[in-house]
Amino acid sequence: MNAVTAAKVVPAQPVAAPEPEREVLLKVDNVSLSFGGVKAITNISFDIRKGEIRAIIGPNGAGKTSMLNVINGFYHPQQGTITWRGEVRRKMRPYEAASQGIARTFQNVALFKGMTTLDNIMSGRTLKMHRNFFWQVLHYGPARDEEIAHRRKVEDIIDFLEIQAIRKTPVGKLPYGLQKRVELGRALAMEPELLLLDEPMAGMNLEEKEDMSRFIIDVNQEFGTTIALIEHDMGVVMDLSDRVVVLDYGKKIADGAPAEVQASQEVIDAYLGVSH
Amino acid sequence: MARLANVAGGDVDTFPKILLRNARDLGERTAMREKDYGIWQSWTWAGVLEETRAFSLGLRQLGLTAGDKVAIVGANRPHLYWSMVAAQALGAIPVPVYADSVAEEMSYVLSHAEVRFAIVEDQEQVDKLLSMEDLTSLKHIVYDEPRGLRDYDHTHLSHFPAVQDMGRAVLAKDAGAAAAWENGFAAQKGSDIAVMLYTSGTTGRPKGVMLSFDNLVISARNGNEFDRLDETEEVLAYLPMAWIGDHVFSLAQAYTAGYCVNCPESLETVDLDRLEIAPTYFFAPPRVFESMLTRILVRMEDASRLKKKMFDFFMDVARRSGEKILNGENVPFTDRLLYSLGEIMVYGPLKNRIGFTRLKVGYTAGEAIGPEIFRFYRSLGLNLKQLYGQTEASVYITLQPDGEIYGDTVGKPAPQVELKIADNGEVLYRSPGVFVAYYKNEEATRATKTEDGWVLTGDAGFIADNGHLKIIDRAKDVGKLNDGALFAPKYIENKLKFFPNIKEAVAFGNGQDFATVFINIDLTSVGSWAERNNVNYASYQELAANPDVYAMIQDHVDQVNRDLAGEPMMAGSQIRRFLILHKELDADDGELTRTQKVRRSFIADRYAPLIEALYDGSTSRHVRTEVTFEDGRTGIIEGTVEIRDLTPHAPRHQLQEAAE
Repeated sequence: MNAVTAAKVVPAQPVAAPEPEREVLLKVDNVSLSFGGVKAITNISFDIRKGEIRAIIGPNGAGKTSMLNVINGFYHPQQGTITWRGEVRRKMRPYEAASQGIARTFQNVALFKGMTTLDNIMSGRTLKMHRNFFWQVLHYGPARDEEIAHRRKVEDIIDFLEIQAIRKTPVGKLPYGLQKRVELGRALAMEPELLLLDEPMAGMNLEEKEDMSRFIIDVNQEFGTTIALIEHDMGVVMDLSDRVVVLDYGKKIADGAPAEVQASQEVIDAYLGVSH
Repeated sequence: MARLANVAGGDVDTFPKILLRNARDLGERTAMREKDYGIWQSWTWAGVLEETRAFSLGLRQLGLTAGDKVAIVGANRPHLYWSMVAAQALGAIPVPVYADSVAEEMSYVLSHAEVRFAIVEDQEQVDKLLSMEDLTSLKHIVYDEPRGLRDYDHTHLSHFPAVQDMGRAVLAKDAGAAAAWENGFAAQKGSDIAVMLYTSGTTGRPKGVMLSFDNLVISARNGNEFDRLDETEEVLAYLPMAWIGDHVFSLAQAYTAGYCVNCPESLETVDLDRLEIAPTYFFAPPRVFESMLTRILVRMEDASRLKKKMFDFFMDVARRSGEKILNGENVPFTDRLLYSLGEIMVYGPLKNRIGFTRLKVGYTAGEAIGPEIFRFYRSLGLNLKQLYGQTEASVYITLQPDGEIYGDTVGKPAPQVELKIADNGEVLYRSPGVFVAYYKNEEATRATKTEDGWVLTGDAGFIADNGHLKIIDRAKDVGKLNDGALFAPKYIENKLKFFPNIKEAVAFGNGQDFATVFINIDLTSVGSWAERNNVNYASYQELAANPDVYAMIQDHVDQVNRDLAGEPMMAGSQIRRFLILHKELDADDGELTRTQKVRRSFIADRYAPLIEALYDGSTSRHVRTEVTFEDGRTGIIEGTVEIRDLTPHAPRHQLQEAAE
């Protein structure tokens, strides 16, 4: 064993149980949401702690995406409260959620297809631009300085996600896996406190999944971003996340460390199906 | 030019000394660029000196001393290039290793070299080194890219800028530190070991080639002089740093000529970066030129009809007279006029697209390049040339001088290189670039380098009438026919493989009366021919047995024979009989190596009945062959293979024609 390995400390991998002192970033209390007679979410409570990777899983139609939509203000629950950074949140619009540090990606890629990777990620900086329309059109003085600073930040993200080669490529021409990466880049451009990922690995092959997992871990560790993700690939969920919440038919059926959740009879039943 | 003489001369015989001189004489010229955050960041020679000095002093603080080996692992980055000279300034020896080699192989090299320090690119390499349990000599790792390494224990691990800060702290505290650092290497001699490069070695373990400053500096200066390279050149550093070619082009020649080295943003952006930099001096293995040409042709297929017509017309003109114009030969006035027009309409924009607008000299080496591909670039007015080199020679053995380009030779001996051919046909050379020895491998050194400094290349070749060296094969593969004629299988196979319709060829003849070949047709190329000519086929086997296909291949083989007839050494080994194999040679069946090289002896055993048929005069043979499918199942292919005869051509002794 050489001197270096002897002294090596294994880098902190996601730990099974988060330390209790981690502060709660977002808290969902008894939230219910229905569309007409359809109950999408029934009486759900859970929390997301600062700095963790939190997975939301469940069979199709379990209400996962609805849950994300509630968190980022796209849907407004009929019942229950959402506490964001210690304050009970009033009804808000998605862009208000965004300006408070919640960014997300979508299940089906929602990029500007005709724009380049660079411009797409740059669009993630919109909320951080302070010069008014007039200055930006002139592209002069403070507006230009501001744009240069934002471009620098965007280049950091391009470097981070290793997409330099497609910087100037219109995203519509890119393969799906790369589009997903660009979308992650756009969300990162907002420098969010909480990042919501809706099926970041859907439709990817194994290699792309491995890359994406790596990026998610790196985002979490390098930037300290809290991440809530929906994912169907159980291997990925179990490897990545600190805690998992399981939904089925709009109800919460389990919540805890990946191993705990995996062992829960209710979860197994929900996935494999039981005769009712 | 006056400046070049200044740069090339003097008693500055080591890279740290050359760096001092460049910082003094070329201080404000750009020495290095790297594309980072979408912008080309640049450093002047004075800047490089400052950066290198700070890092070097930081390394000293960490305990690096003279004689230590320092591993350099990663892609082409300015920090890694500076690391090499920073280590040399302390009398330590850099050992660049291939970043993509697997942990086990890298572990062998690093243990063998007894490296004490490692300068690496990123987390991947750090993890790889940390996993090497038996690498007991390693004391400290410095990394360039901090991502993912934040939570690692930093007792024996440092970030590159942190090491530089340590060096700068020394400089700030002690006013005499810079001078003391310079004095530290003032006494170094040209004969000191500059670098150790491990050769990949097709057989056995890699060997550590020790090269002295003299080896590299003199070879680099000779190379600069040969192609008139000076401080205005721009090169793109994109080939592995552990490879001698990159070491000489991106470090030795850059330092001695004082030109600028550009590091691409990432491996995937090399094409784009080349376009932005437009290098004046460029090296690439044949496959790079091949894929570039394919991309151009594919794009032309998609172009509008007018553009396609224009392209075809002017490429015709270029083919007719482009190379002659480049070589300074006489060309009819109308062609000269058309060529100038073509330069505006087609060649210029095309060269711009591939980043060759400013190209002064381009080199290709490593393998034989297809004559069509070679000629394509030359006809555009690009001075693409071939060279023949080895790690043991500090690259240069032979070079093609301007205006003396023959597709089938590798050129004349480089400046100060002596060449001779041994009785068995093996090429030997002696030059100032000849390596000192293999590290800790007396036996291999003795087997490769003679007492009086001649090095055995392991390649067989001969010197043609025009004084150019022609490499025919690996020396151990070269055999003789029964009538004593030289038989070089790879030479024949390569000639055949230059035809797009022929994918693979295996030549036989050692100890036989005449030469014969197995041929694999190229399914893509012949398949597209079949489609155009309404030839139906269900499988490779059926297409391979088609009489029209046979006729087509026979033409190709005959053409190769005509070529061989024009070469005095080769005329005797013309192909007398050939057959098209009923199945494609495949690595899964053990017929090819994983890198797609033919395993000749294995094939000879496996298809012994076919070889027998080639030599017993029969016109066809029924064969059964077991094959392994991709999923591991096995099956049987059987069929009757036809054998065709060819009449050899009378030998001609005109080299010029052979080159055509």
